[in-house]
Amino acid sequence: MKPIKPIKDRPAPLEYNRRWSMRLWLLGVFVFLYAPLIALVAFSFNDSKRNIVWQGFTFKYYDKLFRNDDLMIAFANSITIALVATLFSLVLGTLAAVLLWRFRFPGKAVVEGTFSLPIVVPEICMGVAMLVFFATVIPWPNGLPWPFNLGSIIIAHVSFCFPFVAMVVRARLVSFNKEQEEAARDLGASEWQAFRDVLIPHIRPALIAGALLSFTLSLDDFVITFFTSGPDTVTFPVKVYSMVRFSVTPEVNAASTMLIVLTVVLMVIGALMQKSAQKKT
Amino acid sequence: MNDATPTPFKSELKPIISFRNIVKKFGSMVAVDDVSLDIHPGEFFALLGPSGCGKTTLLRMLAGLEVPTEGEILIDGQDMRTIPANKRPVNMVFQSYAVFPHMSVADNVAYGLKIDRVPDAERKVRVQEALDLVQLGQLAARMPDQLSGGQRQRVALARALVKRPKVLLLDEPLSALDAKLREAMRFELSQLQQKVGITFIMVTHDQDEALAIASRIAVMNKGSIAQLGTPSDLYEFPASRFVADFIGSVNMFEGTLVKDEPDEAVVTCPELAPHPVHLPHAVPGKVDTPVWVAIRPEKITLHKNSEAPPAPAECPAGHNIAKGIIREISYLGDTSIFHVETGKGNLIRVSRPNRSRWDQENFDWKEPVWVSWAGSSPVVLLS
Repeated sequence: MKPIKPIKDRPAPLEYNRRWSMRLWLLGVFVFLYAPLIALVAFSFNDSKRNIVWQGFTFKYYDKLFRNDDLMIAFANSITIALVATLFSLVLGTLAAVLLWRFRFPGKAVVEGTFSLPIVVPEICMGVAMLVFFATVIPWPNGLPWPFNLGSIIIAHVSFCFPFVAMVVRARLVSFNKEQEEAARDLGASEWQAFRDVLIPHIRPALIAGALLSFTLSLDDFVITFFTSGPDTVTFPVKVYSMVRFSVTPEVNAASTMLIVLTVVLMVIGALMQKSAQKKT
Repeated sequence: MNDATPTPFKSELKPIISFRNIVKKFGSMVAVDDVSLDIHPGEFFALLGPSGCGKTTLLRMLAGLEVPTEGEILIDGQDMRTIPANKRPVNMVFQSYAVFPHMSVADNVAYGLKIDRVPDAERKVRVQEALDLVQLGQLAARMPDQLSGGQRQRVALARALVKRPKVLLLDEPLSALDAKLREAMRFELSQLQQKVGITFIMVTHDQDEALAIASRIAVMNKGSIAQLGTPSDLYEFPASRFVADFIGSVNMFEGTLVKDEPDEAVVTCPELAPHPVHLPHAVPGKVDTPVWVAIRPEKITLHKNSEAPPAPAECPAGHNIAKGIIREISYLGDTSIFHVETGKGNLIRVSRPNRSRWDQENFDWKEPVWVSWAGSSPVVLLS
C-alpha cells in the first residue's frame, strides 16, 4: 500500500503576501510611484532658492505662494472652470448615458463611438482642434468680464469630461431593474417623477464618481487648456508650467503640493459620499 | 358537454375588466392574438400558461405598460385607450417586487400617496393600515435590504393596495419564494383578497398555484385563450389536449371513436388493445374518426395480477382495463406514482394515495398488474 501524500498548501502565483518575490516587486512599484511625489512635497519646504541641495526647513515658499496674486487668480480660474465644467458634464453625460441605455435608433453605434471619441483622441490634437475652432469657426469674444472669459476653456473641458461621466453612468444603468421605474409609473408617477425618484437615486454613486473624475480631469488638464487659454485666462497648471520655465524654485513645489492635497481631499470626500450612497442602494 | 363551462358569476353583472379583441404585436411576432375576456368584480382571476403565451403581455396592457396593437380594454366600463399607466385605477405587484431600495418600507408604501398629494395625516394613517394588513406594521422603518424575500413581497402588496385600486394585478407573485413559503403565501393571498374585497388578477405559469388560489382561470397558449373556467372545470373537463396536459398530469391515448350514442360511447386505442374504452354518455366527435382519450392518474386503480380481470364501475366487462408491468415507483410521501408499462412499451401513470403507513398490497417493481378506471373517468378530446 502506497503511503498517503497530502497536497501541500502552496501560495498561488500572485499571492503577494506569501511570496517574497512578489513583495519585492510590490515594493518596487510603490517606490517608483510615490518616491517622486514624496520628494516633490519634501522639497517644497526646502530653504534654498535653487532647490537642488537640502538647506533647511521653511514655510516661506508657502507664504510666498499665497502672496502671489497671479498664481491665486490662476487657482481661482482653475476651480471655477472645474466646477462649471463638472456641472455641465454631469448633465450632458447622464443624458447621453440614459439615451444610449434606453433607446434603440438607427446609427446608435456611430453615436456611441462619437461619444467616446474625446477619450481616445490624443490630447494635443484636441488642443489644436480647440484652438482652431475658437479662432476661426466660432470665435470666443475677447475681453469678457470674469468668469465669462473662461467660456472657451470650459467648453473645451466639458467636451473631454462628459464622455467619462457617460461611461460611468452607463455602466451603473446596466444594473437598474426597469420594473422599478414601471412600479413608480404604476403608482401614479409621471415619466419625469419616475426618473427623479427612482432612476436618479440608483445612479447616484455613478454621478459622484463621474463628478469626481471630471473635476480632477479638468483641474489637472494642461495640454488642452494651454491651447485654449489666453493671456488673462491662465489656469493653475498653465501658471505652474510658466513658473518652471524660469527656474524650479521651491515655490513651484509648493504650488504642486497644493494641487496634490486638493486632489487627495476631493478623492476622500468622493469615496465617503460613494460609501454612503452605496449603503442606501 | 365540454363547451358547457358553468361560471359562478351571473352574466348580467357588469364586468370590472373587459378585453375586447385585443391584439398585441412586437414587430412581426404576435404576442396576443385576438383575446376577448370579461373579468367580474370580486374574482380572483388567474392567467395561466407556459412562458411566451402572452399572459404577462395581457397584464401589462391592463396596467398601461404596453399599448395594444388592436382592440380595447375597459376598466369599470371606462375605455383605457387614452389613459396612461399612472392614471389607471389598477395597481400591480411586479415579479421582482420592484421595491425601491433607497426608501424605507414606510416610504415605499407612501410613495403612491405622495405622488397623489394625499395630506400628511391621512397618508400616515393609510400607510399604517396597509402595513398592518400585510403584517409588516413593526418593520415600517426598515430598509428593503434588511428584509427577506417574503417581506419584500408584502411591501409590494401594501404599496399597491394602499392606493385602493379597483383591481390588483399580480405578476408571478410567488415564483421567487421557496416552496414552503409559497404554500403559505397562497393561502394568505386569498385571505387578503377576501379581506380587501377587490378583484385580483394573477399571472402564473404554475398550474398548482392557479388551481389553489384562483376562482376562475384562463389557460393561455400561443397568444390565445385555450380554455376559460373554474379550476375544477379545467381539471375535470379539459377542452383540448393542451389544457389536459398543461393542468395536472394525464394519460393520453390516441384512438378511434367506434360508437357514440346518448348513453354510451366506445373508443378503441391501439395502446390499450384488446380492451376498448367505454364512457356512459355521448361524446363530441364523429364515429370512425380519430380522437384522444385522457385519463387522470388518480382515477386509475391498480390490481394484483393474481386476481381475475377487474370489472370497473359504470362499464361492461372487458372495458376500461389494461394489463402491464410496474416499471417505476416514485414515493412522494402523500401519494406514490406508479409507471405501468403496457403492450409495446407505453407507460400509464397511476397515482395512489398512501392511506396507511405501509402498503398493504405491497406493489413492487417489475410486478405484473392490472389497471382499471371507471366509465366516468376518461375524457374524449378532439384536438
